[in-house]
Amino acid sequence: MKARVHVMLKNGVLDPQGEAVRHALGALGFDKVEGVRQGKVIDLDLAEGATEADVTAMCEKLLANTVIESYSIELQ
Amino acid sequence: MKAAVVVFPGSNCDRDLAVAFEQAGFDVSMVWHKDSALPEGIDIVGVPGGFSYGDYLRCGAIAAQSPICKAVIDHADRGGYAIGVCNGFQILTETGVLPGALLRNAGLKYICRTVDLKVATSESVFTQGYSAGDVIGVPIAHHDGNYFADEETVRALQDQDRVAFTYADNPNGSVADIAGILSENRRVLGMMPHPERAADEGHGGTDGAAVFRALAGMVTAA
Repeated sequence: MKARVHVMLKNGVLDPQGEAVRHALGALGFDKVEGVRQGKVIDLDLAEGATEADVTAMCEKLLANTVIESYSIELQ
Repeated sequence: MKAAVVVFPGSNCDRDLAVAFEQAGFDVSMVWHKDSALPEGIDIVGVPGGFSYGDYLRCGAIAAQSPICKAVIDHADRGGYAIGVCNGFQILTETGVLPGALLRNAGLKYICRTVDLKVATSESVFTQGYSAGDVIGVPIAHHDGNYFADEETVRALQDQDRVAFTYADNPNGSVADIAGILSENRRVLGMMPHPERAADEGHGGTDGAAVFRALAGMVTAA
């Protein structure tokens, strides 16, 4: 099984990298961009028998810092 | 008087921290990240600055899961003294020993210079060598020093007098200008600025030395 984990800074937490990207897009003339948030994608190759609950535990323990980040899991 | 300094792959302020402890009179043991126990009878553990595990995933995230960090958490849970500087502060927040998290600097730049810090409280073993309101010059060197905690946590830190240092001129966007905080029992200090880099005449300033002198005073008095 494969799992894709998306980790994003929570809403309300300043994302300076996203802001920098937004400015750069604006400078390139893409003036219809009102906001950019930058996160990360982590792909996991899982062994037989792994469950979504396992991936959730991984997110809670290591992959996301839930003080500042939210995560979502896509199983493939 | 015994101190332990943890060394992770990527630590680069471990020796500076050890020297600052030694100058204050501590015997210092260096402890490797793969060790699972701290030396017997230590009075304080130092978690140094640097880029543990290359800052992969998040600053301090992987270090926080290392065997030695479990021992550091146990030490803190038992009421032991600990200080985390810069990456060490990030690690202590990742372990949950201290609340909050460190984000990318608001200005996006890596900042390396001496800044003015205000001593917010002298009511801790780390800050008792200062008076509240003192302004001291201490170097910072970080890319992810923007302290963040939710409103409730920040209010609790302020209400419980657990903000140790604030920036006189906030360089990185930290909430409420916070540069360093104390644990609930006031025995763990985490701070982004480097007092160990302002602890000797050769550093160009000695404003940070009082942190280590005060720690030595605490141990001698005990």
